Amino acid sequence: MITVLVLMTLGIGLGFFVGKFPKVIKGVDKMTTWSIYLLLFLLGIGVGLNEKIINNLHTIGLQALILTIGAIVGSLVFAYITYKLFFKSK
Amino acid sequence: MKNSLIILGFFALGLILGLTRFLPEVIMESDFSLFALYLLMFLVGIGIGADRSSWRVIKETNIKIILVPLCVIIGSLVGVGAISIFTPEIQLKEALAVGAGFGYYSLSSIFITQISGETLGVIALLSNILREIITLLAVPIFVKYFGKLAGIASGGATAMDTTLPIISKYTGKEWAIIAIFSGIVLTILVPFLVPFILEVL
Repeated sequence: MITVLVLMTLGIGLGFFVGKFPKVIKGVDKMTTWSIYLLLFLLGIGVGLNEKIINNLHTIGLQALILTIGAIVGSLVFAYITYKLFFKSK
Repeated sequence: MKNSLIILGFFALGLILGLTRFLPEVIMESDFSLFALYLLMFLVGIGIGADRSSWRVIKETNIKIILVPLCVIIGSLVGVGAISIFTPEIQLKEALAVGAGFGYYSLSSIFITQISGETLGVIALLSNILREIITLLAVPIFVKYFGKLAGIASGGATAMDTTLPIISKYTGKEWAIIAIFSGIVLTILVPFLVPFILEVL
């Protein structure tokens, strides 16, 4: 995780200098989109190759899904309240 | 929406290739995703640095920024807690531990597997991967109905890296710093909170 943060800090530093060139920014945005595609593609491969996940998908998958929905909905409700109370006035 | 479908398409393609083992050895043996993540983070950094309004948000929000990870923690735990009440086969403690992964599936599932065994470990792995996937797919909808913090909240710990680009895209680059802050706080908390819930509570 440290490497990730260092790389991003380097990117932010570089970004300060290339911020004046809209063409470069457009290129960076495009590459960002394709990096997301690549990461999800690789995540798909990882899940597909992981027999532990695939073999148990039908039985415990449902439990995992409803827990996820609970966590996300809970977070969204509290985020909505926090946003309305403390952040929206800007 | 179109973007989410393309992302889902890439995920599905990867899943099929992984399932059928229709891949060269090199890809199956090594973990390219880490390097892809490095590249992505570097690009996201450039995007933030190039955006002049990024740092203004921190100045304007100051101490309030701590409320963001706090509402994600409370929201996630209340949410999974409610699920466990309505689902007899899931214990409250187990549900809380899974929820306290905040999307950080690698570390949280390792901890949970060691403390509570493989079954709950795999549930944690699946649940937290799903949190990341659902966030990647649904951020535009979440932001529309639950406000500007919705993507950051749904992403949890992943708001600092894997889901940051999509959050930044649909919430605005000026919120990226808050997303990173929230993600870092949650990421640091996972290895403390998960064992605490399972062993102390």
